[in-house]
Amino acid sequence: MPETREWGDPELEGPLAFLGGPYNNHIALRAALEDARRRGASRVFCLGDLGGFGPNPGKIYPLLDEYGVVAIAGNYDISLAERLADCGCGYTHPSDNEFAQRSYEYTSRRTTDAERRWLGSLPRAARFRRGGRRWHLCHGSPRRVNEFLWESASSDAFLARLARDAEADVVLCSHTGIPWQRTLPAGSRFVNVGAIGRPANDGRPEVWYALVPPGEETARFIPVAYDHDALAREMEAEGLPPEFIETIRSGWWTTCLEILPAKERAKGRY
Amino acid sequence: MAPTAPSVPFLSLDTVWFQVAGTLCNLACRHCFISCSPTNHNHELMTRTEVRRHLEEAESLGVKDYYFTGGEPFLNRELGGILEDTLRIGPATVLTNASLITRARAAELGALERGTRYSLEVRVSLDGLTPESNDRIRGEGCFEAAVGGLRELQGAGFNPIITVTRTWSDEEDRELRARFHDFLRGIGLARPRVKVLPLFHIGREADRTRGYGAGERLTEEHVRGYDFWNLQCSTSRMVTSRGVYVCPILIDAPSALMGRSLRESLRAFPLAHGACHTCWATGASCRN
Repeated sequence: MPETREWGDPELEGPLAFLGGPYNNHIALRAALEDARRRGASRVFCLGDLGGFGPNPGKIYPLLDEYGVVAIAGNYDISLAERLADCGCGYTHPSDNEFAQRSYEYTSRRTTDAERRWLGSLPRAARFRRGGRRWHLCHGSPRRVNEFLWESASSDAFLARLARDAEADVVLCSHTGIPWQRTLPAGSRFVNVGAIGRPANDGRPEVWYALVPPGEETARFIPVAYDHDALAREMEAEGLPPEFIETIRSGWWTTCLEILPAKERAKGRY
Repeated sequence: MAPTAPSVPFLSLDTVWFQVAGTLCNLACRHCFISCSPTNHNHELMTRTEVRRHLEEAESLGVKDYYFTGGEPFLNRELGGILEDTLRIGPATVLTNASLITRARAAELGALERGTRYSLEVRVSLDGLTPESNDRIRGEGCFEAAVGGLRELQGAGFNPIITVTRTWSDEEDRELRARFHDFLRGIGLARPRVKVLPLFHIGREADRTRGYGAGERLTEEHVRGYDFWNLQCSTSRMVTSRGVYVCPILIDAPSALMGRSLRESLRAFPLAHGACHTCWATGASCRN
């Protein structure tokens, strides 16, 4: 698996769209890609975790192709490519792991050898220069693909160290599924772009992505409405856990909650 | 001759612990791995000034989060100020037996929590779901006192993490976790959080059950191909009144004292203790 892909082209100065994990949610992914196109995004990046949670994994790949999305690898993609026993999400609690394992086994069973090879070709990180600053795109954190960077659990000093070690001024990450951003006193910036595949535990069925206008570093978090009922029905037809389907319909997380720090946990229903 | 212990590399200083109450505790639990009690002065209470000095060093090293334990942290009258200093620079977790958490203290913690963008976690130790089962380990009256503290925390807006030391088998695991969840819902914690820790056969626990056997030591064979990120000693340190230790478990082991400052402590450590075997075998971490 390649470590880092370096980018350099004039389109990077235009509006950029950053999408977190699609988690098999092809309906939300198409809606987000259409939204980004409508808003004039000159390039769209996906920060990994193409599979998991949602139904019918194979439907994600043609969309990435159709819209020319640049993807990097998440822990899910690495696990599938390397045929690992679990998704490697990095949960530490048994009940989190139990649900994670159900969606991983479902996704793995439906992933073809060709898809695994393609996932194995994804770089771990992407880097480019924009506005004279060094941008670094990763899935979890610049140092660990499955590191959770929660807003309330990441000190300024820690984030500044991660940016410094990665030789980056702007770091974009995902993995947690809840968007946030912060400019650090040291001048660097972190943007967690959230996820496209699952609502952000905010009680609304929309999903979120990040759009960065030309000449700026501050992300706009864009909510994307999509036919979540159609997705829920497809999940039912695939026999996916009712807990997952409830999340798609309600916007509240029902599983994999133990990893949440206090503040993020308090904002949800469960 | 015993084989040489393998070493855990130092990877990154992400977490700093403070033995903020030393080994002083209002309880004397029978499984305490550092034998804390009202009279154990192996490690003393830490002052706000002392903690602040280490916090400044930790911040300059890019530390991610902070933990406060003892003994019983609420025996330290400066705890509120210490948490205030900490929450300015990062997230904090306090490990308590909850018996000293009055309504006023819970309200003070609540105000601290609302005043910061970082999470303030409170972890409460409990070892059973009835006064009999809990107090057999923790001492008479401890169950009622802990439940009282939990209610105050809940009233102040906290959702504490209950920490239970594991004294049951794999087969019973699911049922016991479920029972803890039901119990917590029953006292008003609608979204129960439970963390299970393994027993460490040191300190008072070595007398209650047994100490470590000669076979419970790590060798190079155990750690071949092992991901050292899984061991907390690769990414955290414990500060006490006596200096900086490799981890929160081994503060009674003189060889685990790594230096006076955090910087001095950032090096590899030989995994020569029975407790090291427990962390490796159970995948345990003292983190949340």
